[in-house]
Amino acid sequence: MQLFLLTAHEIHELLIKKEISAEELNKAIYARIEAVDDRIQAYITRTAGKALDQARAVDKQISNGEKVTPLAGIPIAIKDNICTDGIKTTAGSKILSNYTPPYSATVVKKLEAAGATIAGKVNLDEFAMGSSNENSAFFATRNPWDTSRVPGGSSGGSAAAVAAGAAVCSLGSDTGGSIRQPASFCGVVGMKPTYGAVSRYGLIAYASSLDQIGPFARDVTDCALMLNAICGHDPLDSTSAKQRAMDYTSFLKDDVRGLKLGVPEEYMVEGIDPDVRDLVIKAMEKLESLGAVVEYTTLPHTDYALPTYYLIAQAEASSNLARYDGVRYGVRTEGTGDVMDMFMKTRSEGFGAEVKRRILLGTYALAAANYDHYYLKALKVRTLIKEDFVQAFKRYDLLLSPVSPTTAFPIGEKMDDPLQMYLSDICTISVNLAGMPGLSIPCGFVGGLPVGLQLIGRPFDEGTLLRTAYTFEQNTDYHKQYPDL
Amino acid sequence: MPRYETVIGLEVHVELKTRTKIFCDSTTEFGGEPNTHVCPICLGLPGTLPVINKKVVEYAIRAALALNCNIAEFTKFDRKNYFYPDMPKNYQISQHDLPIATHGYLEIDTQKGPKKIGISRLHMEEDSGKLVHQGTITTTPFSLVDYNRAGVPLIEIVSAPDLSSPEEACQYVEKLRTIILYTGVSDCKMEEGSLRCDANISVRPVGTGRLGTNTEIKNLNSLKALRRSLHFETERQIEVLRAGGRIVQETRTWDEGKGETLPLRSKEQAHDYRCLPEPDLVPLLIDRQWVEDIRGSLPELPEQRRQRYIKDYSLPEYDAAILTNTKELADYFERCVRAYSHPKAVGNWILGEFNRLLNLHGIEIAACKVTPQNLVSLLRLIDQGTISGKIAKVVFAEMFTSGQAAEAIVKKKGLVQISDRHAMVPVVEKVLAGNPGAVADYKAGKGRALGFLVGQVMKATQGQANPELVNKLLKERL
Repeated sequence: MQLFLLTAHEIHELLIKKEISAEELNKAIYARIEAVDDRIQAYITRTAGKALDQARAVDKQISNGEKVTPLAGIPIAIKDNICTDGIKTTAGSKILSNYTPPYSATVVKKLEAAGATIAGKVNLDEFAMGSSNENSAFFATRNPWDTSRVPGGSSGGSAAAVAAGAAVCSLGSDTGGSIRQPASFCGVVGMKPTYGAVSRYGLIAYASSLDQIGPFARDVTDCALMLNAICGHDPLDSTSAKQRAMDYTSFLKDDVRGLKLGVPEEYMVEGIDPDVRDLVIKAMEKLESLGAVVEYTTLPHTDYALPTYYLIAQAEASSNLARYDGVRYGVRTEGTGDVMDMFMKTRSEGFGAEVKRRILLGTYALAAANYDHYYLKALKVRTLIKEDFVQAFKRYDLLLSPVSPTTAFPIGEKMDDPLQMYLSDICTISVNLAGMPGLSIPCGFVGGLPVGLQLIGRPFDEGTLLRTAYTFEQNTDYHKQYPDL
Repeated sequence: MPRYETVIGLEVHVELKTRTKIFCDSTTEFGGEPNTHVCPICLGLPGTLPVINKKVVEYAIRAALALNCNIAEFTKFDRKNYFYPDMPKNYQISQHDLPIATHGYLEIDTQKGPKKIGISRLHMEEDSGKLVHQGTITTTPFSLVDYNRAGVPLIEIVSAPDLSSPEEACQYVEKLRTIILYTGVSDCKMEEGSLRCDANISVRPVGTGRLGTNTEIKNLNSLKALRRSLHFETERQIEVLRAGGRIVQETRTWDEGKGETLPLRSKEQAHDYRCLPEPDLVPLLIDRQWVEDIRGSLPELPEQRRQRYIKDYSLPEYDAAILTNTKELADYFERCVRAYSHPKAVGNWILGEFNRLLNLHGIEIAACKVTPQNLVSLLRLIDQGTISGKIAKVVFAEMFTSGQAAEAIVKKKGLVQISDRHAMVPVVEKVLAGNPGAVADYKAGKGRALGFLVGQVMKATQGQANPELVNKLLKERL
């Protein structure tokens, strides 16, 4: 039995039957990290020592006959833009390469309270800006299905770690597709919950009105277990919603009969790889055969989503990233003149090219002379895009689409063409602008590379997403296939 | 040559004395070792988020209502972006286009009578930290930052350009300070920086409708600095215009030592704050009932109180104004009046000896040892003729330092007034015999001589003689 290929709920059964111990499990995952991470390069910081202590505590609880949660002892990888008390948190940036937070993000506290162990901190595009992990200041994480290809981004490390068996589950963050696209590229389940469903406290901000933390898992059940642990109102995050606590596993029913699913035609045409489109159509047919009603629909303002996203996200980013100036923490360029000189040199040397590009774009969009034409207009268009979804959800319970127009692309292919890189987010960014929940679930392979199907739901209706994804999963076997490493 | 008039508008920052900061639960206490009143949130550490302190909103509404403002139903926060090391996030969370309150006013007294000064807006924002230099900012080899003050809540109160002289500007600030002190939301200590002031000033030929180009003056740490800088700037601007020049729109700083305003930055160098709605905070919907509850909890404000003193207590305008200048003084006055129904006498004592000794010893009313009850007892001793008004001052001074009751001091020191005719007659006769000159003067029609003789009797009795009785006895014998 290869422990590192099991899901959390399978492992939980073994733990409570005392067939394995949490310590063995964590050692097995750590051995797997040792075995494969030279090739995958998912981890920036490994925390095996701390994880083993946490695991032994869980074993003690189990041997004392105490009830433990389904995530007790389960090794989870954390995207390195989520703060961990006493563990280096870099956001994939040189400017924070020496930064250790004095507090943990709310999601980390919640996972630890559930008994989960922290396997380590995983790679990302610098400050979550990118779609390939190539913008990390440290190294590019590889796709476990083909190590010459990208794992997607920005949560590429989180997706690759789970796909490679180097963590059972992981946390990522999604601002324009940063959970769903790497989940699609790496063949795992990844979910961006509704904006406000999960606390952002402790998530190093990229674009505050779009950022959302969410889970990666090997199947839909684990995804639901992760949601159970991390969702809920947080008094430390004013934008977190005051929702009733719920058991997301209660939605795991193999039944989509009567559900009405819409497929936005704008997501199925331009630029979509025909093989990817075929797999999405096959998935539509599968769900139809299982009793759902599937129809084409429209999101008419889709063309404006990309510019709208890039204005809003970058405007917020230019402000959010202003605090990295070398004064209080992080890397400071020494030997500079006055304080403004120190700011400029620290930021010039500390940030990578893509981050600088986005800060400049956002600064430009917010300048007094441009505000009305760019930022304010983008806010208005955002309302229209949201309205598209509101209209669509009057007729459909869920929307279906590809996650990404293509499968994982070769490392280096799009690095010289940022616009081409941005275009690969076309199916995912509107979901962030509208604040809806979105999920990527494996729906097949093209040339040995996984493809994800995107499900988009009504705000706070993660339940219907999980139910549909679970039904699809129970009637397919894509999630049971593993990369050969 | 045209005559010029001055147009002034003020921006006043007031620190709110909530227990905790505006977006976290670090203490707002003044002082403390550098960087001890901080937490990850007010230090702006990566990943932290602000959460609005409800007390700050309540206090802002409280101040705004006292300044006759409209309270917004929908208000939001914005980020003001600029780089400066005393700001932990390199942006300040403030309110840009939808402040919590607008359209208020307060009244100042001018020679032409009361004048309404408009208050355009009142908004909430966070304070910054403080830079600590070795020597001056230009020569220091390095600077340190203390973030204790970062995140302390402020309200910024922006006046309309309704002030026409430096004196009016000072009056406005004093009035604003009094009102805010009444509401209890701030200490308003200019010297500790809990009330800070920037001024916008322009001049124009008398009779012109249009405003002239203005300059902004910063670094005004006292009313004196405000008045002096505005006088200087008025003269400077008039001189420039009279010489045929143009006023440059710029920010200037007040140099107290040189006694002049100096250019700080031009309009071109002004910050573009790149304001954007703060995405980490949700807009606030201000519940009307809450506003009414806060309105209901406001104390009687100085203006209303002053009117009441004039009407109900028949106090002169001047007395009423001074007594209501601070809430503490007015409260003290009213506690006395409740126990003793001669408001004018109470007022005289409070504005006289009481205030004099408070100022002399630099004592706040709260720390004063004389209770209203004790002051009233002293006044009753005068009324009953037990002591004279003159002796009362001696007794009061003793009460002020020892905190003892008036009766006890009078008894202990044997200060009881001599009202016994038989005891007084020999003293009066002795004085008359000893001052034939004065007696002769009086008889020659010089009324003033009587005063001298009364004084001599008082002197002989160490002030204990009942003045009325002395007068009576002297007249009988002259």
